[in-house]
Amino acid sequence: MSKEDLEKRTVYSPEGEPIEIDPLNDYFLDLRPESYAPRNGVIEQFANWARAESLWVLGFGTGCGAIEMRPLMTPRFDAYRFGIQWRPTPRQSSVFVISGYLSVKTLKRVIRSYEQMQNPKFVVALGSCTINGGMYWDSYNTINRLDHYLPVDVYITGCMPRPEALLAGFEELKKRIKAGKGDGANKYADNFDWYKANQKKIIKDWDMPDYNW
Amino acid sequence: MENIWIKIGYALLTIFIVLNYGLLLQGLFRKIGARVGRRHGIRIWQPWVDIIKNYTFRSRIYHGVMYYLGPVFRLTGGIGLLLFLPVIYGSEMFSNFSFTGDLMLVLYFQFFGVLGMALGAGESGHPYSAIGVSRGLSQVTAFELPLTLGVLAIGLQYHTLNINEIVAAQQGSILNWTFFTNPFAAAAMLLSFLGAMGRSPFDVVLAPQEIPIGPPTEFNSSLLGVLQLNRAIFPVAKLILFMNLLFGGATNWGELIIKTFFIYFWSVFVGIAFPRFRVDQSVRWFLSIPLILGVIAIILIKF
Ligand code: SF4
Repeated sequence: MSKEDLEKRTVYSPEGEPIEIDPLNDYFLDLRPESYAPRNGVIEQFANWARAESLWVLGFGTGCGAIEMRPLMTPRFDAYRFGIQWRPTPRQSSVFVISGYLSVKTLKRVIRSYEQMQNPKFVVALGSCTINGGMYWDSYNTINRLDHYLPVDVYITGCMPRPEALLAGFEELKKRIKAGKGDGANKYADNFDWYKANQKKIIKDWDMPDYNW
Repeated sequence: MENIWIKIGYALLTIFIVLNYGLLLQGLFRKIGARVGRRHGIRIWQPWVDIIKNYTFRSRIYHGVMYYLGPVFRLTGGIGLLLFLPVIYGSEMFSNFSFTGDLMLVLYFQFFGVLGMALGAGESGHPYSAIGVSRGLSQVTAFELPLTLGVLAIGLQYHTLNINEIVAAQQGSILNWTFFTNPFAAAAMLLSFLGAMGRSPFDVVLAPQEIPIGPPTEFNSSLLGVLQLNRAIFPVAKLILFMNLLFGGATNWGELIIKTFFIYFWSVFVGIAFPRFRVDQSVRWFLSIPLILGVIAIILIKF
């Protein structure tokens, strides 16, 4: 959708009747995200086990670290052994791998994709760039600390981290999920205003609804 | 078997067995595919965990009634196909709801889920779903043609549209199987079977690397779980149909498992050996060799 499509305007019906449309309000839901309380006891533990053993990764290469995700599918590293599979759509995936630096432009897409994923969702941040900006620390066009914008579950350090490090990171993520600590989506919903304020500080031309359902 | 409740009980048992067998086949064949690519691949129990995972999502997105009904129709198509088939020949318990003339109904049920899914995916409003649906429907229409010709040839050969009678006519010896008595119909049907299973070279509709994942792009959490259940049940139902029509049916579950495994393996074997077709290529392919074989089968039976 281009920017003009989102502006308020008047369109005419086939009979010549004018219709006022305001796409951002008419086409999108402006509800805030909710946080969901976990179920109780054994059921939640079992659910967490299933979530941890079936990690569907959203394949979105954001920075140069993305090059290290490809070998995971090859015979040498073969992440499928650990229940890690790739999924091409945010609706169906539960793990978002931010692979490297985030430019302002990518940040916008990342937020949209993250918000389209369903609760619970986990974020794995790859490389120094996501922790403190890395070698792009003073770049005019990249963000420095990812967890000011999205709740991060696991950081994997290195520039760039080897695929083994990624596998170790995924194992760490599994431990977190099984321990019931993978609650990023709820954290995002609870601190929604803080995250949005941070995001809007960076993204100057905000042309999407506040939460992308 | 007069009591309807006993029948329903056995129907549920059939669905349960077939679901687990379907998931096992899924895991097994993904493992085989990985081994061909020199990987270890997924753990064999991964399909079960994936389904459980999808049911444990805490939130889900709806786009409307039809969107919700899409997966329901799809699963209905799979279960309907299964329940109108005589699963085990000669067993009252596992003949379920098959009746005289069920072959036509079964052919219809093959298409039912696809259409329901097309409506549901349409309501999600995602452009990729629309592309996926148009690709899927054109491919299904193309392979239905040789399939229907083959089925009609079999119907003409045995003078019946009752699957039970068709199976009964093939008993006695391996040489009585339709596969040997009517090779042209069998060839046409087995070639269109490749399309029906949706594996490579005919997997352009659902392949993640093409337009992302095709019609189910927008389906999430438990709705996707329903689709996954269908993806376990539907192929096995189709395998049982082909086994009944071409390979003499099965008189017990062991025989069923051996036969269906090898029929499935035929599509896996082709899928691993051949790369993916574009939709126009696959439509053209179905309308060439398989269609000609189907026409020959009809002509040979008629004259
Ligand atoms: S950490 Fe290094 S490899 Fe990763 S995105 Fe930054 S510069 Fe690239």
